[in-house]
This record gives sequence, C-alpha cells and structure tokens, in this order.
Amino acid sequence: MFAELTVTELLTDAGGAIAGAFGYWRESGRFVLFRAPAVVLATGGIGKSFKVTSNSWEYTGDGHALALRAGSSLLNMEFVQFHPTGMVWPPSVKGILVTESVRGDGGVLRNSDGKRFMFDYVPDVFRKNYAETEEEADRWYTDPDNNRRPPELLPRDEVARAINSEVKAGRGSEHGGVYLDVSTRLSAAEITRRLPSMHHQFKELADVDITAEPMEVGPTCHYVMGGVQVDPDTAAAENVPGLFAAGEVAGGMHGSNRLGGNSLSDLLVFGRRAGLGAAEYVTSLNGNYPAAEASAVQAASAAALAPFDTEQGENPYTLHQELQQTMNDLVGIIRKESEIREALERLSSLKARASKVSVEGHRQFNPGWHLALDLKNMIAVSECVAKAAVLRQESRGGHTRDDYPQMSSEWRQKNLICRATYDAFGMGEVSVTEQPSPEIRADLLALFERDELAKYLTDAELPAAAEAQA
Amino acid sequence: MTYKANFKVWRGDAEAGDLQDFQVEVNDGEVVLDIIHRLQATQASDLAVRWNCKAGKCGSCSAEINGRPRLLCMTRMSTFTQEETITVTPLRAFPVIRDLVTDVSFNYEKAREIPSFAPPEGVAPGEYRMQQVDVERSQEFRKCIECFLCQNTCHVVRDHEENKESFAGPRYLMRIAELDMHPLDSLDRKRQAQDEHGLGFCNITKCCTEVCPEHIKITDNALIPMKERVVDTKYDPLVWLGNKIRRRS
Repeated sequence: MFAELTVTELLTDAGGAIAGAFGYWRESGRFVLFRAPAVVLATGGIGKSFKVTSNSWEYTGDGHALALRAGSSLLNMEFVQFHPTGMVWPPSVKGILVTESVRGDGGVLRNSDGKRFMFDYVPDVFRKNYAETEEEADRWYTDPDNNRRPPELLPRDEVARAINSEVKAGRGSEHGGVYLDVSTRLSAAEITRRLPSMHHQFKELADVDITAEPMEVGPTCHYVMGGVQVDPDTAAAENVPGLFAAGEVAGGMHGSNRLGGNSLSDLLVFGRRAGLGAAEYVTSLNGNYPAAEASAVQAASAAALAPFDTEQGENPYTLHQELQQTMNDLVGIIRKESEIREALERLSSLKARASKVSVEGHRQFNPGWHLALDLKNMIAVSECVAKAAVLRQESRGGHTRDDYPQMSSEWRQKNLICRATYDAFGMGEVSVTEQPSPEIRADLLALFERDELAKYLTDAELPAAAEAQA
Repeated sequence: MTYKANFKVWRGDAEAGDLQDFQVEVNDGEVVLDIIHRLQATQASDLAVRWNCKAGKCGSCSAEINGRPRLLCMTRMSTFTQEETITVTPLRAFPVIRDLVTDVSFNYEKAREIPSFAPPEGVAPGEYRMQQVDVERSQEFRKCIECFLCQNTCHVVRDHEENKESFAGPRYLMRIAELDMHPLDSLDRKRQAQDEHGLGFCNITKCCTEVCPEHIKITDNALIPMKERVVDTKYDPLVWLGNKIRRRS
C-alpha cells in the first residue's frame, strides 16, 4: 500500500499499451515510477470541480483525466448526480451529505409553508409507483406490500429539481434549502438509535437537535454516472490495453442516474471484475510486458515541476474557485444552452491560465503544488461535462435541460463519447461525439410490459418489443 | 458577521520551525479548518495540513488549538472571542513532517501488534451467533475514528518518548478491550495487555476521554474494565499457587 501518493501520468509503450505510472509522494514531493503491465483506476468522482459538493479534496477527476491522456475515452459525462439533501448551514459543512436513509426511515421534506411539496412533483413516468396521499405514504414503512412509497423517495434527480424549484419560488428555508424533518416522524429514542451519525453531525456542527427540529438541506454535487468507457465483463478501458477502471471513475453502469446504495454494490461487483480482468490480461502477456519510453518519464517529471518554474504566475486556489463557481452556476442542476456555452468559454480561458500557475515553497507536502497539478485534471473533465451537456438535447436522469425538458427516445439511443488530443506542450483539446448505444437484447425487452417500454423506446424499437413478447 | 482574527500557526519541518502570525477574515458559522483553508488560498499556499471529510468522521485533521488537541473541522470559530489570538500547532507527541502534518506511523505499528479478531475453531463467517447484550459492550469502542488525539494526549507518551516502545496508547488498549469483550473472540488478551502493551502505565487520569471527539468513555468503559480483568487473573492467589506448583512463570 502506498499511502499519500498521487499518480500524475499513466505511461504507455509506443503501441499505446499500459507500461506503468508516474507520481509523487505527497509527504516528500519526491517522484516515483511504477513499472506495471496493468493499471486499475478506482479514483472516484469529480465533485471538487463544483462549488457545493459532498466530495472531499481527492475528487478531482484524476482517473478520468489519466484515462483521457492515455488515449482512452469517457462515456456520458453529462450525467452528474446532484444529491438532494446536502447540509446547507453552517458554511463549514455546506454540501456534506445527509444520507438518503433519513428519508427511508420516515423523514419528510417540507417547504417554508410546512407543506410536503414532493407530492406535487411526481412525474408521469413514475406515478404508478408512488403514494398519492400522505396517509398511504405513512403506511408504506410498515406495510410496503399494500402501499406505495412516499414521493420523498423519488430518484435523486427528481427530488433535487423539486427542491431547486421550491427555493427559486421563494418557499425555501432560512439559508436557501428546504426542511428535512424526522423529529415529528419518529421518537427521539428511535432517531438516536437509527441515525446516530446524523444526530451527532447536526448537533455538533449546526446546533440542531434533529429529535426536536428539522434540518435544512439542499442539492449538492455528489456523484458522476459518466466515466471511463469500459467493457462490462472485464472492466477493460476502451482503446488502451492494460487499463481497467471500476467504481465511480468507470462509466455506464448507472445509466443517467444512480440509485442510492448502488455505488457500494457497484464497487464490490465491478472491482472484482476489474481485478480478474487485469490479472487475466497480465497472464496473457506471457512475460512480455510493455516498457515506457524514457522521454515519457522525463516529460511527466517536467510537467509536474512546471508550477515551480513559472514566474509570477497565477494562484491555483483562485483558479480553482473560479472553476467551481463556473460549473456550479452554468453547468449545474438546471442547464441551458446559452449558459453552457458561456461556461465553455470560461473553461477555455481557465485552461490557458492553468498552464501558467506558479506555486511558492518547495515540494515537501505542499498543498498549493498538489492543487496546481490537480487543476488541469479538473478543467479537462469539466470540459467533457460541459461539451456533453450542451450536445444532449433532452432531459434524462442527472442531466436536466431547461430548453429541452422532456426525455427523448431518439436521444436514448445515443451515447456521448469524450476524447482528448494533446499537443507538444501538453495542452489538450477535448471533443465529444455521438455513438449509438447497443440495442437492448430481445430477452431483456421481453421482461417489460409494452406500455412501460413505450415510455422510453422509439416506435421503431417497439415492434421488436412486440415480437419479443409474442 | 465578518471580522479579522489573529492567528498564530506553526510552520516548519523536522529540523526547525516557528509560529507565524496571520490576520485573517472569519465569517459566521466557520470552523478553524475553514480559516486554515483561507490562509492557504490567500496568504500561505504551501501551508501543509491533513483534512478530508469536514464532518468529524475521518480523523484526518487532528491538531492542537490553543494547546488543546482537537479536530480542526469540529472547532467552531464561535467558541473564541473576536479579540483572542488563536494558536494552531501540530500534534506534539508525533514527529513533525511539515507545518501541521505529523508522522503518525507510531499508531500503525501499534495496530499491527494486536492480533485480530479470532473466532472459535470451526465457526465460519455466517455462523456467528451472539446476544445483543454481549455485543453492545464493545459497540461504543467501534465509534473510534482513529484521529489519534487520545494517543497524542496521553502523558505516558506525550511527555516520555522512551515509553513509546512499551505502551500501545489509549486507542489500542481500547481495541484490546473491544476484542477481549467480544463474545466470540477466542484469544486471551489479558496477559499481553499488561506485559506487552503497557496497560499498567495507564494511571487513569482520563485525558484521553476528555479529548475524544466521539465522546467514547475510553477510561471508564474500556481501560478500567480491562485492568480489572487483568488483575483478576494476575493476583488471583489460586492461579498464583497453581503456577508456582507447576513451575510456570
């Protein structure tokens, strides 16, 4: 285990197969070279590119950027999940997650009028599965077989959009969120038994006793469903032999929106597949391991040292804050074309500025230096997100377009693939193209009722469904 | 309400270092970690600090604030007056790497010295059966976030470098207690606790309990009961007699 070590570059041989990785020890700043025929990326998400996020400092899209630079591709980066219930106050905890199980255990969402507003936001496509009255919803916790679940448990993107609308309409809480209440729903003893961590968090940091009062919550950038394009069985990354990815960094598993709890099961299943896939691949090499070129190692070293060599450059923290504000405001929960295009212009300028940041001090545990290096990863990934977001002209899951508010069955058939090319100075150009998504297998189609399929598939795809059910 | 606060932050490395003065903006609702971040962003971009969750769960941001071992993310600025100078220093009991980052590997070494949970022979995972009341005894100890504030505070090692070899520290003595109290753990950890992990060094001054951010009653619920268990066998006259007869030490 190499604790507190950051990889800055993947190394490939002349043919583009993985030969190893280059990085630095955070503690000493010294460089390290790993010679390895296979690399499994498990680097998590991209939340740090957004101002309000549940993610901590590591989530700078490193794995995504490493894959791009190594020649692989990213899938559907437009699908970013904004978890509806992040803490909103005080500022020290803004964005920190209030787990979905608070709602699963009986917690309800109310606006400033005291109304359970989620009942007004059940979309047609889900209407059959959710309770229509508060009484029915309340019965669900103890009798789920005969009652439908409360609308607070709609998929996260629905709840996040609902909260956003309520706040915009002026029915939000004191600090710009809504109220998540569990105090009038469960006894104090039940609350401290089932939600000890939440109780502690709110008590210590916000002076709120959740057994006696509601919590203020609001949307926070939490997860990215898009990611490295991988084979579902081996977790092998597209186009780069020896590269594998699993977990949040890999894309496609959760479609346009991930359900609560599925990230953990994802890690277990696809982490194992990635390990097996990598082991099998290495065995197949029969000892002929690809070797990195010395020039690549030197280039990686020079790129890592660049912020120290730049004179009078910009402060990386300033750029980071501008990036976060840009993504939050212009490529956030509700997107529209003009705003995303403005974001793309700002990102382009940030990219140029990021190549000229300078840091003071030396390499020993220097957070400013670490940020300067992470910045280029964040910007590259943000460009992918924005370019994909402007292309997809529909609203689906985590991607909501104000100018295209409906789901489109034509768009369902398309995936958006992000690749990057790099010039001699390491400056990257990101491009996103359409790719048809695989046809759904007939045996899988046969599992669904026809009118359920009609909500999602084009007419052209439906006759195939009718046959499959015949 | 925004104001300008006076901070002194220790900066340096293993060779040398000193307190550096800062004047920095503080806003309503912020914690000390927010201020450290502001210093990084605006005045000292290479100020080294460990942090992660900002919610008092990961145990990364341990430091000493006005001499008191605390988590940076859980120390609210509202607990200080606006005029007070706030001094932030690294954990004293561990060697400094840089600024507020210390080498906490002492703790990982101690962790490796404790044998892990040992179920009885022939009982496989999935076959464990326990009573809630027996399990509850150890549950409190599992709240530990390994922030090592207790390890840093305990005078046995904080003031005596030479004791580090023979003393595991409150967190690990609590771990031994957790396993000893586990209904299915089959090892007898009492002799080891006393002879190898230095349980006897603890003289129950309870400083560990005072600094624990999870409010675990380390001394009262783990260390003292463990001492009682050790003493029970160590000073039992029949056990002593039996050992004497069989010439066992």
